[in-house]
Amino acid sequence: MSIFGYLCEVDNPKDLLDLSKKVYHAGYIKFDTYTPFPVHGIDKAMGIPLSRVPYLSLIGCLIGLTGAIALQVWTNGFDYPIALSGKPFVALPAFVPVTFELTILFTAFFTVFGMFAINKLPQWNQPIFNNESIKKATCSGFFLAISSDDKNFDIEKTKLFLERSGGKNIEAINH
Amino acid sequence: MNTINEQIHRVPLVLGDKSFKDVTDAIARPAEAKAPKWWVVGVLFSASVACILFAMIGYLIWDGVGVWGLNNPVGWGFAIVNFVFWVGIGHAGTLISAILFLFKQKWRTSINRFAEAMTIFAVICAGIFPGIHVGRIWLAYYLFPIPNSMAMWPNFKSALLWDVFAVSTYFTVSLLFWYVGLIPDLATFRDRAKTRVKRLAYGFFALGWSGSSRQWINYEKAYLILAAIATPLVLSVHSIVSFDFATSNLPGWHTTIFPPYFVAGAIFSGFAMVLTLLIIARKIFNLEDLVTIRHLENMNKFILATGTMVGYAYAMEFFMAWYSGNQYEAFAFVNRAFGPYAWAYWIMISCNVISPQFFWFRSLRTSIPVMFIISIFVNIGMWFERFVITVTSLHRDFLPSSWDYYTPTWVDIMTFVGSFGLFFSLFLLFLKFLPIISIAEVKGVMAIADPHHYESHTKKGGQL
Repeated sequence: MSIFGYLCEVDNPKDLLDLSKKVYHAGYIKFDTYTPFPVHGIDKAMGIPLSRVPYLSLIGCLIGLTGAIALQVWTNGFDYPIALSGKPFVALPAFVPVTFELTILFTAFFTVFGMFAINKLPQWNQPIFNNESIKKATCSGFFLAISSDDKNFDIEKTKLFLERSGGKNIEAINH
Repeated sequence: MNTINEQIHRVPLVLGDKSFKDVTDAIARPAEAKAPKWWVVGVLFSASVACILFAMIGYLIWDGVGVWGLNNPVGWGFAIVNFVFWVGIGHAGTLISAILFLFKQKWRTSINRFAEAMTIFAVICAGIFPGIHVGRIWLAYYLFPIPNSMAMWPNFKSALLWDVFAVSTYFTVSLLFWYVGLIPDLATFRDRAKTRVKRLAYGFFALGWSGSSRQWINYEKAYLILAAIATPLVLSVHSIVSFDFATSNLPGWHTTIFPPYFVAGAIFSGFAMVLTLLIIARKIFNLEDLVTIRHLENMNKFILATGTMVGYAYAMEFFMAWYSGNQYEAFAFVNRAFGPYAWAYWIMISCNVISPQFFWFRSLRTSIPVMFIISIFVNIGMWFERFVITVTSLHRDFLPSSWDYYTPTWVDIMTFVGSFGLFFSLFLLFLKFLPIISIAEVKGVMAIADPHHYESHTKKGGQL
């Protein structure tokens, strides 16, 4: 394919929702929209499934929880027992604060770095950045791009379809 | 807060008839304009003060903790006072960014970035004090569970070790939360950058953010989860800080009221510090339309509520000292209010309990000079609170022959002053180089961001 896809602009969030619905219902899967802030309802309009980030957070949470208990029980209970303040070597109530903190810490790591992984960040170079106009998407522009990898993509028909559906300033995303 | 208000008439969060581009321009202006003179002077001055901090730390490590004013009954002085003071200030940032986010308090969007930055810089200042007070600083790694040739492990039953974990987790999570929030705004700065250096620097940290909706979905979910875990975290951190005191058998410290009392005090002091900084910054950067009087008034309500809670805790400590029938407890509190440190106690009471009461009046709550002065009083009062708790409980212990009076040395004082230099250096750098208001979030709460806005033509842009 000679181009990566088409990029078009609309005026406001509502037009973007309408255009996304049309693109999605026309059977396109590999398309994306670019907005300065998360537009309410765009996930439904584009048919994006629920985020998988919470599952990763849960995994992080469980790792933190079990890791923290194991660390404290093994170090203070078995490897280096400290007789202190009349407490048993394995004093679970006294281990609660550190367990809590490490659970939070691991949940946070898995949430943030899991989100990066799912979003494929960092990815400093993307085909979309070849178009100067996309710079507006982080300020005030609302864009939609259809990838040429989509099975319904056609150099002529897709362009015509975007024009008819209300997309403005249609550009090819070049190499 | 303000939910009823919004049902009656929707209060605009962003004043003026602003477009998305206007918002970006307004927030990006300080970072793009040439550094103003006051900023250059301010950075040089605070960096010099920060140098005093590092010099004092060097002197302390060279000479030992004898350079501080600690004496036999008062083994904990400025180091712990300053630590609790700074870490408490941080708490308002997390409260604004996480708890108000969970409660869908949209007004937070204008102030959360600012407050989070303050949290991080305050926690950096806080972390210095326990780090340097250990005496033999080259053994500070004992605090962490690092396998070593002595086959020793830290004591996980100690409240001081809990504190190490609480504060380092708090710093890490606050930093992640702040950075995740910054990513879309760094991308905005990258796309506006006029020079190659700026484009590369902002671009590097923006990680290649394009504003893709498929990424926003995961981003928003991650942000929500971070807010949800930061909320119990912030409550736990100051509770654990209070355990440093509450788990010891010392009259004046050994009380169950400490965790909630410390958390309320932390939020109280943090809001005061946000207010002090924000009043100056919104004026300097002409951000009055984004940080409105309503934002400031809401913060004043927080100060009033938490200040009153703190006052209640002070009263309840006295009540329990009497009601428990424990003579040592009773002595500790009578000594606190009428002993040699009565001056510190009454400074604390007037600053923390009396001064916020002026905020019952709407006219005072919305007056910028009044709130500025009160916020300064609260900052001072909350430092004295930690001083009073630490020093008055220690200086007259169980054996009258060992009673003593604690006075800080010049090294103590200059270390504390120096920590302000570090805080303000970091803060000024933040003001100059980063988006001080969350650009993406502010746009998200504007009326023109809502797709339904375009279905009727009666509403005006820039209003909710």
